[in-house]
Parts: sequence; structure tokens; C-alpha cells
Amino acid sequence: MTARSVLQQADIARALTRISHEILESNRGSSDLVVLGIPTRGVLLARRIGAILDGIEPGTGTVGSLDVTMYRDDLAKNPTRAPARTDIPAGGIDGKTVVLVDDVLYSGRTIRAALDALSDLGRPRAVRLAVLVDRGHRELPIRADFVGKNLPTAADERINVRLSEIDDTEEVTIQ
Amino acid sequence: MSVVVRGALLPDGTRTDLFATGGTFVAEEPRGARVIDADGLIALPGLVDLHTHLREPGFEQSETVLTGSRAASAGGFTAVFAMANTSPVQDTAGVVEQVQSLGDRHGYVTVRPIGAVTVGLKGEKLSEIGAMAQSRARVRVFSDDGLCVHDALLMRRALEYVSTFGGVVAQHAQEPRLTIGAQLNEGALSSELGLAGWPSVAEESIIARDVLLAQHVGARLHVCHVSTAGSVEVVRWAKARGIPVTAEVTPHHLLLTEELARGYDARFKVNPPLRRDEDVHALRAALADGTIDIVATDHAPHPTESKECAWDEAANGMVGLESALSVVQAAVVDTGLLTWTDVARVMSSRPAEIGLLAGYDTPFAVGSAANFTLVDPAARRTFAVSDLHGKSVNSPYLGRELPGRIVATVHDGYPTVLDGELVDAETVSAAAGAGSNHG
Amino acid sequence: MRHLLSTADLSRDEAIALLDIAEDMADVANREVKKLPTLRGRTVVNLFFEDSTRTRVSFEVAAKRLSADVINFSAKGSSVSKGESLKDTAQTLAAMGADAVVIRHGASGAPRVLADSGWIDAGIVNAGDGTHEHPTQALLDAFTMRRRLHGAASRGKGLDGVRVTIIGDILHSRVARSNVWLLSTLGASVSLVAPATLLPVDTTAWPVTVSYDLDAALGLSPDVVMMLRIQAERMNAAFFPSAREYSRQWGLDDDRVARLPADTMVMHPGPMNRGLEISAGAADSARSTVLEQVANGVSIRMAVLYHLLAGSES
Repeated sequence: MTARSVLQQADIARALTRISHEILESNRGSSDLVVLGIPTRGVLLARRIGAILDGIEPGTGTVGSLDVTMYRDDLAKNPTRAPARTDIPAGGIDGKTVVLVDDVLYSGRTIRAALDALSDLGRPRAVRLAVLVDRGHRELPIRADFVGKNLPTAADERINVRLSEIDDTEEVTIQ
Repeated sequence: MSVVVRGALLPDGTRTDLFATGGTFVAEEPRGARVIDADGLIALPGLVDLHTHLREPGFEQSETVLTGSRAASAGGFTAVFAMANTSPVQDTAGVVEQVQSLGDRHGYVTVRPIGAVTVGLKGEKLSEIGAMAQSRARVRVFSDDGLCVHDALLMRRALEYVSTFGGVVAQHAQEPRLTIGAQLNEGALSSELGLAGWPSVAEESIIARDVLLAQHVGARLHVCHVSTAGSVEVVRWAKARGIPVTAEVTPHHLLLTEELARGYDARFKVNPPLRRDEDVHALRAALADGTIDIVATDHAPHPTESKECAWDEAANGMVGLESALSVVQAAVVDTGLLTWTDVARVMSSRPAEIGLLAGYDTPFAVGSAANFTLVDPAARRTFAVSDLHGKSVNSPYLGRELPGRIVATVHDGYPTVLDGELVDAETVSAAAGAGSNHG
Repeated sequence: MRHLLSTADLSRDEAIALLDIAEDMADVANREVKKLPTLRGRTVVNLFFEDSTRTRVSFEVAAKRLSADVINFSAKGSSVSKGESLKDTAQTLAAMGADAVVIRHGASGAPRVLADSGWIDAGIVNAGDGTHEHPTQALLDAFTMRRRLHGAASRGKGLDGVRVTIIGDILHSRVARSNVWLLSTLGASVSLVAPATLLPVDTTAWPVTVSYDLDAALGLSPDVVMMLRIQAERMNAAFFPSAREYSRQWGLDDDRVARLPADTMVMHPGPMNRGLEISAGAADSARSTVLEQVANGVSIRMAVLYHLLAGSES
């Protein structure tokens, strides 16, 4: 089955710009925002969002990363995974609005693990979720607040997100 | 009781029939005999083990005279010398006579008890060597095996006193001060594994001292289980000077090395320990050139709980009666170093000679005692627990492919093994009782 | 990785992976909620045939920080001290559903015997066996060295080119053996210093250089000086004549410490004999990593337990 391109470079850039504006709009500004990406590609997207926020309102792009490996509920079914870095910005998350960023929202289990991880790190005032692609098939009651593209998929289809920082191209494909 | 063997190959290769009646070989075929078809089988004189631990009295959970005798028959042996480290120790006429009579009653093999050199094996006072020599057991081999007679003065006295009664001291060469807590051959492997080392010099230095003492007092010395190339050098040097020393090697020291200890499997824990490849090759060459006179098993049964534990906590020893001939075949016959004639010498006539056991000097000759075993040298089998017939299963060969198979064993003219299976104890005991008194 | 019995079994990549996971685990110690739910529902048994409060507590803290349940079986007063065999103890633990067994035993090879025996189907971690190995100690030592050398930029790095000198009773030291294998795997060069009586008779196969002269060895400006504990019993078995002579020849006293380059670390697996193999001044100086070693022990042991237990049962 050949891969079908659903988002090209320009589409991705536009989506991230729109998401960044939506974040600022719903937060009524930029105060106390902390953007945390979920490794690996969620972190890359979070950094881009942070840069865009900084471009709109300087000083707002507080970005970090949140690794959720230790909180996953499916560890026993897979070979041991090496965790990635968790990097919480200096101001912490207490009382802040945390925006979690990930590339694809699917079953929702990664986000559930992220919520558990956050609760061990502090007490945010609110937690929001931004994703580049929402492909449906939720197994838990989780929804994204900011979505780049809604992409209904069949369970046997695969979504591939490639970002130029680490991949050789920039696109989202489905196959 | 008559036995006829058809078409066996003697060690020198000649094909012959063998006839035995009333316990001895005879010239003419007797009537009404049990006939054994020995086509393709080699007939060896009954094997004699100068170094076996029968564990009775005192350690019957590991082995008894009956079970050890059965294991011996299954391995082609018709005589075993039973070491003295029983409980009570074989250091009085009473105990040695008890062990001998048990062997005679069961009848599978001729059991010759070995007398302890020192009382209780404590290494302090000589035991009643004269009483044991003159008892019904007529002990001629004396050993504290398990322990070394390490005190130089006591060893000198022992050599002299034992020679007074025409006997020989069999020394377990191990300087105790150099082997405190020792677990494995000292070398690169022992340091890697974190196991306290048993340095070869602890064996060689005692042998060197003992051969000089034997020379000085003019007494015979026998060295048990030689395990190192250095020990071979010392014995060779001593023999070249005419010192009356004899030496034995175990089958396991001819085949196995210390590398087997890597997994800390205590089946491979033995005293003296398994050594290096160079030592194995030196021992094989020494057996071939006569520097080492005989093979002796050092059959050492232990209960499973003494082996299924950490290495440090495990007992030393391996059972070896059933596997001895196969291991010798694999180590030195199939490798071309010894012929079957040599095997007959190192496993039968020479040990009998050293232990002063009569009846093995002219094998197969008409009029001599009918002690022999039939071996199928072409057989190959994976050695298993079912091949063990003693009480204990601490064999290092389990799961290993070995050549050769004992098909029949005949002791004093009656079979103890037929068609590869042990004859039952009642039949053997009855045959032994019906036979004439042997010595 | 099913068991951790020896550092000789770890490849360079595996070793670096464990050190990197330990970096994350170290971060947990700085959080308010010092717990991760990763090993919830798993049972870790501390099976200590030899007394050791430090190491046992370190493993206990590590397991609890990963939300595992911990059962302590220690030598005194339990059935193991009454002579219950390793086999029976193992089968009892298996019946209780232990997922991992951390074992410290006086006999070299006991963890291997346990792992190969089939008496229990659990991951086995060697917490010190006789004079053979103490793999988590070597891992925490390597972690400590890496952190001191590279700080926050330690991830992914080995110890290439680092010069480590280990001094003391090498012959009887499981810490020395585990360190020798691990440090060379990580690219460090290792040198051993001791009197001949305290060195194994044949170290030709070991990836080390050996010397009897401490001053000469320190004169080569090592990056790390690791002191091993000297046991008084060795004096009675004629390994060296007296504590005084040992200390004079092979002790890290204040003078020797002063002559070391400013960046050289002084390490000790503990417990220390102040005044014998190491002076109080050396032990308490800024070069000394002794307290960090203890803290890092928990992080390393968390990494090891995670690595052994979190993945699929294969």
C-alpha cells in the first residue's frame, strides 16, 4: 500500500501558526503558559510553537519536554524502552497553564500517562492538549483542545509524521 | 557354576572362546554352562579399582557396600579397594573385617578395605596397622585419603611401619597450609571466578618430599590421583632414580578441565580439582609411558543436596565406577595413546600388583580366577542417570556422549552383569556363597 | 536483560544505556513526589545471606521509588541463618510470586547457581557474591565518575581515556573485579596497585596494568583513585605484617592526596577504615565522591530494576 500525503510542509506550518494563536486566544494572553512536548516529535513541535508564540508576544515561549515512558500502562507488553529527557522549565508548573504537545493523538493512553506524570511533578492550574493530527479511535475519555488536522483513519492504517529536524523530509502521510 | 564365552577378542586382538568352572578358567568347554555370545566384544581381565569410596559404615545415605559393589560390577570391575574415610574410620581390625565381610556376602566384587594411616584420620598417631594387616581383611594398602599425611615425621614413620608389614602407603598429596578454603585450581580462572585457589605446588611439594622420604627409608610409596603436569615431572624424576614409587590418575583428570567450573556447577567440584588442558595432556602421556602406573576412579558418592548449592558449600567428589572404562577409552584409547592391552595393564593387573591382590597376574590363564569383563568398544551412548547404579548421581558425565559399553562382567566365575544389566542381588549373593573361599 | 550477575556480561551499549536511565532516575530524587509508578504490582525480594544494611537499604529505596513491593529476607534470625538451603529458600520465594530477587551471598557464584537452577523464575540481581562480583557497585562508580567529569552532559558518554587506579585487597575484592570489566568496556584504562600477596596469582588475562608501588602509580596523575577496604583478618593470614606497614605503603594519606592533580577524584565503596587505607583528610576532602556514590547507588539500582522488570517477559 503506498503512502498518501495528507499534510505538506506549508500545511504543517499553517497549522502550527493557527494552533499558537488559538492557544493565546483561549488563555487570554500569554501569562503563565508552559508548553511541554512529549518526546520525540512532540518536543520538536512544542519548540516550533514556542518560537511562534515568542514571535507574537515576546517572552511567552516557555518550552520544555515531558517523557512519559515510566507512566505507560503497556510497559509489560513491549521490550524495555529507554526513557527520554524530562525538562521542566525553571518556573515549574505549579499554578501554570500547561499545554501538552504531541504529534498524533490516537488511543489517548500516552496523554493519560502524561497527566499522571504531571501530577507527580506539581499542580498546574490547567492542562491543555495540542496535537498535529487527531486520528480518532480513542480508548479513554481524552480530547485535544487544539488540533492541526482531524484525520479519520481505519485501525489498520498508519500515520507517519516526518519533521525536518530529524527526518529527511517534512510531511504527514497515511498508508 | 559354569560360564562359556564365545568369540571374544582378547586385548591383543586374538579371537577366542573362554571357559570357566567353579570360579577358575579351564581348558575344556564345560557342560551345562551359561553361554555368552561375545561376537565383536573385547574381553578384559576384571578391572581392579585401587581407590573407591564405599561410604559404609557411616554414610549409607550416599552409598553402601552393596550399592557401590553393584556400581563397580556395572563398570566392569571385579575388585575394589575401599578407602578408609568411613564413620567409624577404618582404623581397626574390627571395622576392616566388617567391610570385607559385607563385600564377600554381597558378592558382586572382591572388596579389599584400605586401612587408615592415622587414628581417626587425624594425622596425629599411627593407627593399628599391624592389627589390620593381620586381620581377616589382610590389609596391605594404607591411606588417609581425603586428607594428607602432612607431618613429615609422621609420614616417615608411616612409610617405615607399613613396610614392616609388606604394605604400601597411598598418599593424598595436599599441603593443607597452602590449600586453606581452596575451591578450584589456582590460576587465571579461579581469580576471575572469585574462588579460592588450590595451587598445583601444594600437590607437587608433598610428592617431592614423599619420594625423597621413600628413598631414604627404602619403603614403597603410592601417590593417589595425580593431577598436575608438575607432579608427573616429580614422579618421573623419582622413578629414574629407582625410587619405589607408583602413581594413579583418575578418569576425570584424563578428560575434564577447570573450564567446566565456569557456570559454578558443583558437579565439577572435586579434590584434587580439575586442572588445565596442559595438565590433562601431560597425564595422558604419563599413563602411556608408564610414569603413571594405573587408573583409579576415586569414586566419591554424595547426596544431591551436597551438590545442588553454591560451589563453596558443595562437597568434593564425583562418582566414577560406571563411567571409568568409557572415559578411559575416550581419553586415551580412541586418541591412540593406549591400546586395549595397555588398558588391561593399567586397570587390572598393575593395580592388583600394587595392592598385593592375588589372582590378576595371569589373566585368562587356565587355573587362574575367572574375573573378566566384556566390552563393546563400538557402542556410543549419552551417559544418563540410568547408567548409574550406586545410590548417588553426582556424575560429571551426565548428558555427555561416551564410547563403549559393558555387556557382561564375571566375578570369580559367576556373572554379575549380563546383557548390559546387573544380575539381581540374591542370585549374586547365592553364587558368592556357593563359591570356594577366595583370597 | 534477564539477570544482572556480572559486569563482564554487559556490552558497551548496554552499560551506557543503564547509566543514562540512571540519569533520569536521579532526577526523581529531586522531585516532591519521589515515586514513579513503573513497577507497581511487582515484588522485589532482597535475599541477603550476608549482612549489609547499606546495600540492602539502597535496593529497597530503589524498588520503592519505582512503586514495587519489597520483601526483605536477611540472614540473621530467618530460616536462611538456620541452615535452610539456597534451593529451599528460592522455591519458597517462587511460591510467593517474587518477580526479582536481589541476592547477596558469601559464596562466589551463588547468584549464577540460582539463575541457572530453574528453582525460581525471577530476574536475579547480584548484590555481591563472595569475592566474585558486585555489578551495581561498579555501575554506580562509573556513573559517579561520568557525572563528575561531564556533569549534565553525561548522557550517551562512556569513560573513554579516563585513567583509573584501584588500590587495595584486589585478590579478595568483588568490587575490583566488577570495576575492571566495566571500566574497560567503557573505554577507561585501569591500573591496580597492591602488594603481591593481595593480587591474584595470574592477572595476565585482565585488561589492566599492575604495580606494587603506590607513589609511582599516583605520580602518573590518574583521573580517579579508588581505595578498597582492607580487612583486619587478612593480617592474621599473613597477607601483610601489620596495619601500620600497610598504611605506610599503600594507604592514601594526606601527603599523597596533596600531590594528586586538583581534579583527581578519590573514591571508596565503603565502609571506610579511616586511618588505614584512607586518611580522614582524604575521605572528607572535596575530591572524595563517597557520599555521591551512596546517592548514585539508588539511581543505578532503580535503573537496573527497571531494565530487568519493566519489559516484556521474554
